[in-house]
Amino acid sequence: MFGYLIRRTATSLAILFAVSFAVYAIFALLPFDPAALTCGKNCNNPAIIEANRIRLGYDVPFWQQYIVFLGGLFAGRNYGQGAAALHCPAPSLGYSFNQHECVTTLIGRALPVTASLAIGAMILWLIIGITLGVVAARFRGRSADTASTVFVLIGTSLPTFLTGLLLLVFVVIKWKIIPFPSGNYTPFFENPIEWAQILLLPWITLAFASAALYTRFVRNAVIETLSEDFIRTARAKGLSEKVILRKHTLRAALAPIATMAGLDFAALLGGAILTEKVFNLPGLGRLSLSAVVEYDLPIIVGTTLLSAAIVIAMNLIVDILYAFIDPRVRVAA
Amino acid sequence: MSLLEVNNLLVEFRTPDGIVKAVDGVSFKVDRGETLAIVGESGSGKTVTNLAIMGLLPRKIANISGSAKLDTGAGPVDLLTIPRSELREIRGNDVAMIFQDPMSALHPYYTIGNQIIEAHQIHNQCSKEDSEKRAIELLELVGISDAHKRLNAFPHQFSGGMRQRVMIAMALVNNPKVLIADEPTTALDVTVQAQIMKLLADLQKELGMAMILITHDLGVVAGSADRINVMYAGKIVESANVFELFAKPQMPYTHGLLASIPRVDRPQLQRLETITGQPPSLISLPAGCAFAPRCARKSEVAGSACELTMPALVEISAGHSSRCHLVGLVNR
Repeated sequence: MFGYLIRRTATSLAILFAVSFAVYAIFALLPFDPAALTCGKNCNNPAIIEANRIRLGYDVPFWQQYIVFLGGLFAGRNYGQGAAALHCPAPSLGYSFNQHECVTTLIGRALPVTASLAIGAMILWLIIGITLGVVAARFRGRSADTASTVFVLIGTSLPTFLTGLLLLVFVVIKWKIIPFPSGNYTPFFENPIEWAQILLLPWITLAFASAALYTRFVRNAVIETLSEDFIRTARAKGLSEKVILRKHTLRAALAPIATMAGLDFAALLGGAILTEKVFNLPGLGRLSLSAVVEYDLPIIVGTTLLSAAIVIAMNLIVDILYAFIDPRVRVAA
Repeated sequence: MSLLEVNNLLVEFRTPDGIVKAVDGVSFKVDRGETLAIVGESGSGKTVTNLAIMGLLPRKIANISGSAKLDTGAGPVDLLTIPRSELREIRGNDVAMIFQDPMSALHPYYTIGNQIIEAHQIHNQCSKEDSEKRAIELLELVGISDAHKRLNAFPHQFSGGMRQRVMIAMALVNNPKVLIADEPTTALDVTVQAQIMKLLADLQKELGMAMILITHDLGVVAGSADRINVMYAGKIVESANVFELFAKPQMPYTHGLLASIPRVDRPQLQRLETITGQPPSLISLPAGCAFAPRCARKSEVAGSACELTMPALVEISAGHSSRCHLVGLVNR
């Protein structure tokens, strides 16, 4: 197991390295002059542009820029010299001249928002999806199953922005149950009630579509597992249906769902663009979106790399988790 | 009464294509210490018969009628009509079952110790430690060495034959009165088959239980069964003790089955005999004998009796019955 972990971590790092190079290369080869972008839309002062080019390190060849970028990740990075120098401590992902801040600082502020959103939404959709899926499978072909099918159809066909807008219109504007989202975010440790109030509707919005998907998935997995030979053995032993469902069926049925949830969660941590936009949450999705609109290359590179790192890390976690669920994987590893 | 008496068992499945008569009026008895073999091709109803007795068929799609009376010691109970909760107390306790493929029949996520102890715990009010002791005892009984350590092994860490031994240990953990073995050796190598059959025979003698052995392999049956029921298209077509059946098969189907067994004492160049054709669809069974379309000897029967009327199961001699219009003509 230990050797396996080391091997997997090494592979993950290698992949991350390749991804970072690819991302950096794509943006370096785009037909934009990053130095010109730093000086604003209507800027035509070549002196400022050239000064910024040198200050930001865009004056050297692309591969040298990449090496400096990698160095910044581990050692931090200075932009310019003397009193006017800007310092971004390690791990530095670059400096955004649009926002006048280090990319790491910007991400550090946006990530907790997105993480809160993603964790809450995932807990919600897992609870709903697994419960409804199991009930639908257990009462297959009966009214509970039909009701779950209706839920699945609605959930999968409603786009998130529409769910979000509907919730805003009714819960916030018409019924005034929750105040209008101000665009601010209150950290959990500052005021948990306000935190939950801000995130409740985004959670529901995000969870709705996924819960529907998971309901269908869990239902099918449970039905499939119930037809396995080892379930027949469990019945032949004289076990009650309750024990068969809880002990023998769920563990086998939920193993693939752990994989799915881990990867969905990773994707969500990269930023839930639509939901964050609708509810005006200052998360990673909103940060990336504005960066794309404003050609803020350092932020795009930074958020892309972060997303890749999260996906790779979650893959590793999911694989380890799977080994705990399924003993056959343990031995093969 | 006998230990288990099955009477006029009928199992029908509702399918989109029509009603499948999987088991059609099957009756048999099993006595204490006796081994009854049920032999037939795939789809002849041998497995469904026993799943019905165990209550393992989904009631939603299966119509089951008839009776299966088990003598539990406290009077006979009909396994087909008692409430599910009472049936659960009998399953795995009085009647246990082992299956064809021991890999898929054991839960891949739990250790074999966990699974055997679980089987013991449901039916006994005792501590986990006592159940563990019982599990070790059983594993040793079925010939698994180092049983104490092997309790913590997972099914995939065993070979096919060893897994079947584990299944047998799990089935016997509560000293069942009847063991139903559904093709217990089909998924195993020939040498392992012989070991498992010998193990089952030894254990049966030692524990004095009755066994219902379901198989399509008459070779497996010859060494271990007392009585044989041959099934075809959901019906018992011949029933006799093992010597009588091998020596004097009455029904042409049984005859065909016996002739198709490869034998070392036959000239090597001689081709194996086969039964031509396919078993009939259980949705649209012929009006007469289900075997008639494949029967080489139906012309010996006057008129078209084989195609028109289903022969009754007739007792030819003591304990030997056959379902054939040729009764008395075969082997003469």
